[in-house]
Amino acid sequence: MSVRLGVPSKGRLMEKTFEWFSARGVTLGRTGSDREYSGVVEGAGDVELVLLSANEIPRELAAGHIHLGVTGTDLVREKLGNWQDRVEEMAELGFGQADLVLAVPRAWVDVGTLEDLDAVAAAFRARHGQRLRIATKYHRLVRDFLREYGVADYCLVDSQGATEGTVKNETAEAIADITSSGDTLSANHLKILDDGLILRSQATLFRARQADMSDTDRATLAAFTALLKVD
Amino acid sequence: MTDPHAHPAAAQPADISWGAIRAEAARLRALFEGAGAQVVETSILQPAATLLDLYGEDIRARAYVTSDLAMGEQMLRPDFTVPVVQMHMAAGAEPARYTYSGEVFRRQEVDSGRANEYIQVGYELFERGTPAQSDAEVFARIHDILAPLGLRAITGDIGILMAAVDGLDTTAARKAALRRHIWHPRRFRALLDRYAGRLPVPPSRAALLMADDPMADAGPLIGLRSRAEIAARIDALRADAEAAPLAGGDLDLIDAILAVRETCFNALERLRDIAVDMPSINSAVARLAERMEALAVRGIDVAALEFEASYGRSQMEYYDGFVFGFTSEDDPMLPPVASGGRYDALTRQLGQGREIPAVGGVIRPGLVVRLGGGT
Repeated sequence: MSVRLGVPSKGRLMEKTFEWFSARGVTLGRTGSDREYSGVVEGAGDVELVLLSANEIPRELAAGHIHLGVTGTDLVREKLGNWQDRVEEMAELGFGQADLVLAVPRAWVDVGTLEDLDAVAAAFRARHGQRLRIATKYHRLVRDFLREYGVADYCLVDSQGATEGTVKNETAEAIADITSSGDTLSANHLKILDDGLILRSQATLFRARQADMSDTDRATLAAFTALLKVD
Repeated sequence: MTDPHAHPAAAQPADISWGAIRAEAARLRALFEGAGAQVVETSILQPAATLLDLYGEDIRARAYVTSDLAMGEQMLRPDFTVPVVQMHMAAGAEPARYTYSGEVFRRQEVDSGRANEYIQVGYELFERGTPAQSDAEVFARIHDILAPLGLRAITGDIGILMAAVDGLDTTAARKAALRRHIWHPRRFRALLDRYAGRLPVPPSRAALLMADDPMADAGPLIGLRSRAEIAARIDALRADAEAAPLAGGDLDLIDAILAVRETCFNALERLRDIAVDMPSINSAVARLAERMEALAVRGIDVAALEFEASYGRSQMEYYDGFVFGFTSEDDPMLPPVASGGRYDALTRQLGQGREIPAVGGVIRPGLVVRLGGGT
């Protein structure tokens, strides 16, 4: 066995992750062609690079298939029950910042807070005979957030992309989605509720709490985390 | 939990067999049947739409959802009450007593030590005209069956808090909002504080109320919610800002009701004292007194029976009157062995224009066996 490090397999998230490790003397790289999802780790002993979709890294960490993994806080909290028991946050990597926020049409001048949203949901249900729909792909995080506050009479509709367009298309009345600048929300005539910040997320290095390891792996991991200064 | 008969679940210890639990379930159901209840069965797969409509999105966190291309979303039965009420509303004679036994399924997102599948045996009574007697019948049946276990019984009555809300000296809109959140204690409290002027007005609302033309910077209107709906809400907010704050004395009375936690006779005395200043709860308190008499007639030791005015408020949405639970004093971490209550409003929601007063309760045979009861 070796220590397995899971890293997002494409795009800016992968590049930034490579840069973060590189700044700490560890070179991550792909082997073979650009299209092949295997990689190498240089400068850290017996550590193996596993390139994965950022979406799948929480699951692989929880299952113990990888020992370390880089993914967003949002994905870990959405996908893992009792996430603190499954993974440990080793370091926030300082990129991939995104906020999960609740947004409504800017024309809803009467809605600035969750309290307003709850009142409007009740009126909407009475008027339209259906619950106020909130489009999102973060079902658990949004549901927990709204339950904690006590918002009722809403329902979640699944939206895996172009979520900001669902209100205009009349498939939802409000949305909960990741935003970094808020520009896409404004362009789609939406505004964030004043108390509508559900989660601040960024790329984070996680350690699996329940992965099988040999003594050699344990020593490798300890040396690796010391090298990264995240132990 | 927001469904009737909701229980926090506990995983079954390995040394108790499903066979023993099924035998106990059969014994319990036979006892209810012997008391005149008709045995009913319901499907394990229930249409998700009905449950979502009743309980809202929160049910997804507690029930297993599955789906197929032909029938759409289905849920593994999280309780029997909804299908039994539907069955009764469609074709039931009156009065009606039903009993059932079978698995319920509870999705666990946080605690893998809790049972996600366990058996419930229930007794449900649909009867007009004699609510106190009906309440007492259901409670006493379950009480008598569980008597050998020496459990602690707790009773409550959501109807008293509802009557207190109805009697508040404030606007109909505020009362409706409070009633809607009667089962969400934190939200209920925040609304009371808002209406009493104890919370700062959010800046966005203050700005809205000051604006001459609130829609000036609104931009294009998108989505289903119309300009008229927005205007109506602005009018409602303006009216609310004009309304007098809730009196501090009224808030104190609500707190006094929620704090009632005594044996039944003391609780009744306390509530009668409160009713002097809050006459709107008089008829609800009178119903409590009638119920206590009916319980005594059925041999319940009412002098020792506990009453908590806030009992079941955060776990038992849709119970709108009498509520009760039986818990183990030796093993306080164990979920209630039995629980139940009155759910008149649920029959109205599922009855498509019809309604009937209803009260019921469930026993968990797995816990009865675990505590050494049964055969």
